[in-house]
Amino acid sequence: MSLRRRGVVVVAASVLLLGGCSSGSDGAGPAPSAGGKVTIDWWHIGTTEPNKTIYDGWVKAYQAKNPNVTIKVTALENDAFKSKMATVTTAASAPDIFSTWGGGVLKQQLDAEIVKDLGDPKAIADFTSAALAAYQIDGKTYGVPIDVGMVGFWYNKKLFEKAGVSEPPTTWAGFIDTVKKLKAAGVTPIALAGKEKWPGHYYWTYLAMRIGGLDALKQAATTHDFTGPDFVAAGQKLKELSDLDPYQKGFLNAAYSSPDGQAASVGSGKAAMELMGQWAPAVQKDAGGGIGEDLGFFPFPSVEGGKGTATEALGGGNGFAVSADAPAEAVDFLKFITQMDNQKQFVESGAGLPAVKGAEEAIKDANLKTVAGTLAGATGFQLYLDQAYPPAVGQEINDSVAGLIAGSKTPEQVASSITETAKAEG
Amino acid sequence: MTHPALTERPEKRPRAAAPPARGLPPAAIRRRRRLKGLATVALFVLPALVLYGLLVLAPIAIAAYTSMFRWNGLGGWPEDFIGFDNFTRLFASDVFHGDLRNGLLIVVLSLVIQLPLALGLALLLNQRMRGRAVYRLLFFAPYVLSEVITGVLFSLILSPEIGLANQILRAVGLEELERAWLADPTTVMPALFAVMTWKYFGFYMILFLAGRQGIPRELGEAASIDGAGTWQQFRHVTLPLLGPTIRIAAFLSVIGTIQLFDLVWVLTGGGPDHASETMAVTMFQFGFKRTQIGYASAISVVMFVLSMIFALAYLRFVMRRDTQGAVTTMGDHR
Repeated sequence: MSLRRRGVVVVAASVLLLGGCSSGSDGAGPAPSAGGKVTIDWWHIGTTEPNKTIYDGWVKAYQAKNPNVTIKVTALENDAFKSKMATVTTAASAPDIFSTWGGGVLKQQLDAEIVKDLGDPKAIADFTSAALAAYQIDGKTYGVPIDVGMVGFWYNKKLFEKAGVSEPPTTWAGFIDTVKKLKAAGVTPIALAGKEKWPGHYYWTYLAMRIGGLDALKQAATTHDFTGPDFVAAGQKLKELSDLDPYQKGFLNAAYSSPDGQAASVGSGKAAMELMGQWAPAVQKDAGGGIGEDLGFFPFPSVEGGKGTATEALGGGNGFAVSADAPAEAVDFLKFITQMDNQKQFVESGAGLPAVKGAEEAIKDANLKTVAGTLAGATGFQLYLDQAYPPAVGQEINDSVAGLIAGSKTPEQVASSITETAKAEG
Repeated sequence: MTHPALTERPEKRPRAAAPPARGLPPAAIRRRRRLKGLATVALFVLPALVLYGLLVLAPIAIAAYTSMFRWNGLGGWPEDFIGFDNFTRLFASDVFHGDLRNGLLIVVLSLVIQLPLALGLALLLNQRMRGRAVYRLLFFAPYVLSEVITGVLFSLILSPEIGLANQILRAVGLEELERAWLADPTTVMPALFAVMTWKYFGFYMILFLAGRQGIPRELGEAASIDGAGTWQQFRHVTLPLLGPTIRIAAFLSVIGTIQLFDLVWVLTGGGPDHASETMAVTMFQFGFKRTQIGYASAISVVMFVLSMIFALAYLRFVMRRDTQGAVTTMGDHR
């Protein structure tokens, strides 16, 4: 009970708080206010460097150029942002600009009528289609990307060499073979954060993409049916991998970024690879020291006989949405931050991979160049499932795939429990 | 609350607070005084009552209401009424069965291991010995730590590779006892319970210590003059007189277990594979991760009902003698 009670208090408190905040922008009026004083509330999750400095710099530069605009920044840590955003959405009033990852959550916010249709995205900037896809619902754009990335295998070249693997695998059979060779050489093949569940869902999703193709996932989003043979086959392949016991000791309670977690295992040279997004090198360095030049990247291998190809990417990125009653200056500010020179500055700092065409030349790191190159050449793009689908479905995928990896669920059970949740969510 | 004065209608109350006129029958004067007293009580109780209603009763009512809906918590009040479907789904769920099993296990272990351990230490620290205050302080210290700090501390200690626990086992040559502790479904509950014991035994120890010191020394002396040994003194004098303290400790332990959340959340997040999940963790998962507020409300209602039934039954049957005379009624002060 106490939690529930606390939750309600938080709701009440944040509603009060929000009443206080929004009155500022309401006073300026939601209509385009030419020349008049305007205050824009901007909530983002850039609490760490380099994002923090860059975001603050953009605010200063924009305010200098537009003296009538004041931008009030609220920087929140990821989880705090999400829970605060949930309460704000319940009260149907959002800050003028706020962080979003698109997909199912953005859809919920659209249904609650708190986000604005941004019109033609080309009028804001020339975004890459992979980056923009997550923010488009039924052909309309409700947010713009600030960066984009994808998931792939980050591997330790030295450990691969030690196991006698000269080239990273390109097929699933080759991948299984690599894992076996690594094990035989006494190396932990894969680091996995079992406690957090979302890193495990990458395997199942990629396998579903490679076996069933992007269309299968798109179709399942509308039919709510994940029991097809392709989804079951994805589970079977993941079970085949897990049966080899390829993960580090105690992975079931391993966190992602803690000192004994997934990133640290690879970053300290103990485990040979991890399936992770473009942020992996930074976290490896932070949690485990990093392996420098030994680190390499290869895309998720293709599965023999599958409908998908190895050039289709799973990923996502950070973006910003504008609230329904925000002043016109809010959109103008988004236009400002996605300008070429600002994007290049963002990319150069290592904050993320570019979402705007032409900014990729600012990438310095060789591995990130590979990722950006793979993304640029991607023939298809799938948003992270825990973002693409409603939260309940995304969490059920994470949860039941975790059960599959732990050995308590069969591939069929995974498919049917995801279907059950998806159908209930309607 | 059944006092007749409370059921009296307010308009019967005299308007002015004028001194009672002479010649009124004494019963009327007494009644008027009593009403005045009640008004004062009501005035002082009102602020607390409003807060209690707003922060405790209203959320309970809202949770009970939303538990009947399929609702993601967004956009105004829930609309999709589904009756008791959330509850039938909950009672059929394997995860929830696991929650109940885990809760029961912790309750039993607490009563059988944690409380006796705390009692033993309390009696030990009641003896005259050097550095008694230091020991008391040391044993009580874990209770003062926040749950989150404890959780982080022990997730490092119990970490399979770099953890202190396994390194000590390795250092003394007991490699075969090494476990993945929190990462192994078979060891996670014992490990969790060990952490809980470390965290909470100090609290129960202080409780027992206070109870023990409330027992007059003469009783022990009288018993020993009558030829009772140490064990007999404990069994027939100390233990019965500690009864009320033990009963309240067991009560707090059970209620605490039903609501157990923070420690589990930080240590394991309910994993591996739901092996250490509690009702509160499941509720959090569904409420804040899956945004199925309706279903999460149903879990919170079940937790509330369980706590309520247990509390009432315990007070009625186990603690009846302890609470006799403790509950004051206004009628007694006439």
